[in-house]
Amino acid sequence: MLAFSYVVAPHAETALSLVCGGSNATFIAGGTDILQLLQEGVIAPPSLIDINALPFSGVQTEQGEARIGALTRLSDVADDPGIRQRFPLLVQALQETASPQVRNMATVGGNLLQRTRCLYFRDATVPCNKRQPGSGCPAWDGLNRINAIFGGSDRCIAANPGDMAVALLALDADLLVQNVEGERRMRLADLYRMPDENPQHETTLASGELITAVLLPSNEAAGHSYYLKVRDRASFEWALVSVAAALEMDGTRVHRARIVAGGVGTKPWRLMRVEEALQGRPLTPDLARQAGNRAGDGAAPRAGNAFKVPMLQRAVERALLTAGGIA
Amino acid sequence: MNSVVGQPISRVDGPAKVTGHAIYAAEFNLRNMVHAALVHSTIAHGRIDQLDTRDAEQEPGVLAVISHLNAERLPYEPLEKRPPVDPKAGEQLHVFQGPEILFVGQPIAVVIAETVEQARTAAALVQVAYHEQVATTEVRHDRAQPPTEASSKAGRGGGSRGDAEKAFAKAPVKVDMWCSHDREHHNAVEPHATIAEWFGDHLTLYDKSQWVDNVRSEIAHVFGMPAENIRVVSPFVGGAFGSALRTWPHVTIAALAARQVGRAVRLELTRRELYVSVGYRPRTEQHMQLGAEADGRLVAIIQDAVAPTSVYEEYAERTADPVLRTYSCPNVQARYRLAPVNANTPCPMRAPGIATGVMALEIAMDELADGLGMDPIELRLRNYAENDEAKGVPWSSKALRECYQTAADRFLWSRRSAPPRSMRNGRLLIGYGMATAFYPAERAPASVQAILYANDTAVVRTASSDMGPGTYTAMTQLAADTLGLPIERVHFELGDTEMPKAPVHGGSMTLASVGTAVVDACKALMANLPAGEMAEGHGARLRRAGLESLTATGHSEPGDEANKYSSAGFGAVFAEVWVDPDFGTVRVPRIVGAYDVGRVINPKIARSQCLGGMVGGIGMALMEQAEWDARLGRVMNANLAEYLVPVNADVTDLDVTFVRSSDEIFNPLGAKGLAEIALCGVAPAIANAVYHATGKRVRHLPIMPEKLLVD
Repeated sequence: MLAFSYVVAPHAETALSLVCGGSNATFIAGGTDILQLLQEGVIAPPSLIDINALPFSGVQTEQGEARIGALTRLSDVADDPGIRQRFPLLVQALQETASPQVRNMATVGGNLLQRTRCLYFRDATVPCNKRQPGSGCPAWDGLNRINAIFGGSDRCIAANPGDMAVALLALDADLLVQNVEGERRMRLADLYRMPDENPQHETTLASGELITAVLLPSNEAAGHSYYLKVRDRASFEWALVSVAAALEMDGTRVHRARIVAGGVGTKPWRLMRVEEALQGRPLTPDLARQAGNRAGDGAAPRAGNAFKVPMLQRAVERALLTAGGIA
Repeated sequence: MNSVVGQPISRVDGPAKVTGHAIYAAEFNLRNMVHAALVHSTIAHGRIDQLDTRDAEQEPGVLAVISHLNAERLPYEPLEKRPPVDPKAGEQLHVFQGPEILFVGQPIAVVIAETVEQARTAAALVQVAYHEQVATTEVRHDRAQPPTEASSKAGRGGGSRGDAEKAFAKAPVKVDMWCSHDREHHNAVEPHATIAEWFGDHLTLYDKSQWVDNVRSEIAHVFGMPAENIRVVSPFVGGAFGSALRTWPHVTIAALAARQVGRAVRLELTRRELYVSVGYRPRTEQHMQLGAEADGRLVAIIQDAVAPTSVYEEYAERTADPVLRTYSCPNVQARYRLAPVNANTPCPMRAPGIATGVMALEIAMDELADGLGMDPIELRLRNYAENDEAKGVPWSSKALRECYQTAADRFLWSRRSAPPRSMRNGRLLIGYGMATAFYPAERAPASVQAILYANDTAVVRTASSDMGPGTYTAMTQLAADTLGLPIERVHFELGDTEMPKAPVHGGSMTLASVGTAVVDACKALMANLPAGEMAEGHGARLRRAGLESLTATGHSEPGDEANKYSSAGFGAVFAEVWVDPDFGTVRVPRIVGAYDVGRVINPKIARSQCLGGMVGGIGMALMEQAEWDARLGRVMNANLAEYLVPVNADVTDLDVTFVRSSDEIFNPLGAKGLAEIALCGVAPAIANAVYHATGKRVRHLPIMPEKLLVD
């Protein structure tokens, strides 16, 4: 770990000006991921800009679009009565995230930007295209059981970690982003990049841009949604496979479905084939199974993670049955 | 006064631990202390070509960067007799004595600076160029060799009786399979740490250690100095499971650096560094063959175990012991072979070798029971070993039948439907499995000093250790009873080479060895107590005799009972699992264990030991796994985020019973020792339950979900 300077930013303007312009400074909020990265030497920023004092926390859910400040702690989001009532899918995802202690510290904005758990990314002494562009991807032919089956290549198969982004994508969330020039609104679906040629670039945020809020449109899925997480131990562990299912029902028919998977893609992975299979059809155990079987379409598993394909298929089926109330 | 031995007394060191008053090795705050950070090799085999420390030396606060280029030459005198915790052959890693690299993570330099942060920053700036050579990073069975005679003589090798090959060939019922468990790391909460401080030619070490006398002896030999000039202090150990038995290279580094910079030096290993610094339970592959008659009686057991060791030391384990001693069988052949790889040396981890052998034997026994269509308990009772057939002597005590009965009753084993995959709860598959637990009981010489004061308090001391099992508490109980004092008036001290010699705090020996010496010392004190009135307290008698205090010493060592008898702890472990067939996930809603460990001095702390063993067993069965990348020669999940151990949610209903037992042949206390046995049998009981739940036999632990999903 290299020495770094540490600045507590009193205003957003200060924070944004300190990080912009290729300074390589890094924002720190809850710090639950960044401290691991610093200690392991995975990142070595010259300075950390602490943004905890900025006015970006709190939840507003009265009506219409809900707004969650990016500095809101995960535990506060999960405990918010309005969120619990209108977006139970998000609450389920948060309750399956990390541990209570981590949720008390971790922020919404930071959680969206947590780095992959790929074993080679986390060990600073080995090659990794994401950490050290051009050095290679040992995961491709190595230990890849936790890696992605969608969206990867021999350049990078690091899975996007985390639960919240998976649920938020199923809820069709938007983001508010600030930079020195002002504020812009973007779709969460546009936040993450595919690794392609440059796996070191994980998001579409420009240097110095800060997520300030998550916006959730109203939806009719609250009564028919479910977050299912499969992992190696009962708690405090990233997903091998997770599924966020948000169904808007018209009687027994699926009016609209948004189905997103975690643990399987280089970004939170929307399962369009599954959604298509559900569209306009009565939800039955047979349909859930058929739709679940489409979940692996397009997957390109490696030796160590081929099991994720059947696991994902059955997870989608189970999530649909539970969300639809026919389990 | 009521006896406290046998009572569920709470830990006497508990309040100090939860209020932060217990000082661990890294927490001694010495004046003028400076901090160390290590630089490690990033190649598995070769030589250092160039080591550029200029940038590191320029960093603020840096006092020195020490490597093979400038470290003093250390004599590394050979020990006349290797301590039982060291490998029996090979040579310990010599630190900073040359450019040779033998494994990834080998310490190649140390930075000493005023603060930890300065030291770590500078350590990251040391530039190294290597001349790399081909490394051996995989166990090749065709290159594996039996251990040397030195290891075999110490019981770390194979063994045999009868003609197992012939008997197996003719056996009407057979099991023939390979099984393994993965490499496991101790991952105690407290990281290893050493603080070294020189006073002229005298050295004091504050160290995380399960055996301070051994640290003193080894460091004396490394530095070629008299042992009397070294003091080692280790009052508290935050878990170790065997990782603090040996004296590891970082202890030498701390002492070397402290001498070179003339300051007290503190070296605390990071979590990642622990994976290359203090050993691990080696991944062991075992070929198991059982031959039986149609009625289930064993006629042959053959084990062929293959494990890695390092290229510089021969670390061998007692994997053969359970195979040779658990069941009655006329023909047994246990082979053990080692393959050197470019890695740091493995070391004992809770029930070293024994847990490994028990795992293979008990999974094989389950397969045999399944093949015979026989209840797994009945199979074990038909092969009950009335004597230790390996040594040809009777057991000093054995209540294993009572363990089977008690655990089966408490578990409600009778509700088990025998066919695999026949029990369900909704979509979940339910399985019941069981295994025998076994761990040899041993003793070693121990000495204790007891001092009685005129204010009716006593201090009892010995250079033992308490890594968590409750040494402080159990010894206090024994002393209080023997002295006839309330427990609050007895203070037990350990972990300092200034105290009388104690054996290694390992092998479940401490209670039987040190406890016997505690009683001996306290009895000697009572025998020397000046005469007085019946009702008169000890202190009053001392005061009347004009004494401020009275001191006595006690000693214990094994007698010839070890030749006439064989001693061991026994147990029966039953586990229930719930398997989700869609995802291959396994949960363990309950484990029931019944144990014969002789007399139980403190049932509360003894139960805690067993709970800890069950949790460790869940880890071994379902998730603990150091993920080794042979291309890179290193463990890739060397941290507690990616190396999984059970969390609270994985641990549900654990039930522990101690059957009535006392073994006064083994030692006067009647206690056989309890620590390692708590791990033995848990993992195979869970693996057998997974088979019963699913009909799928997973023989390679841990049982990760994919092993149940993909054929």
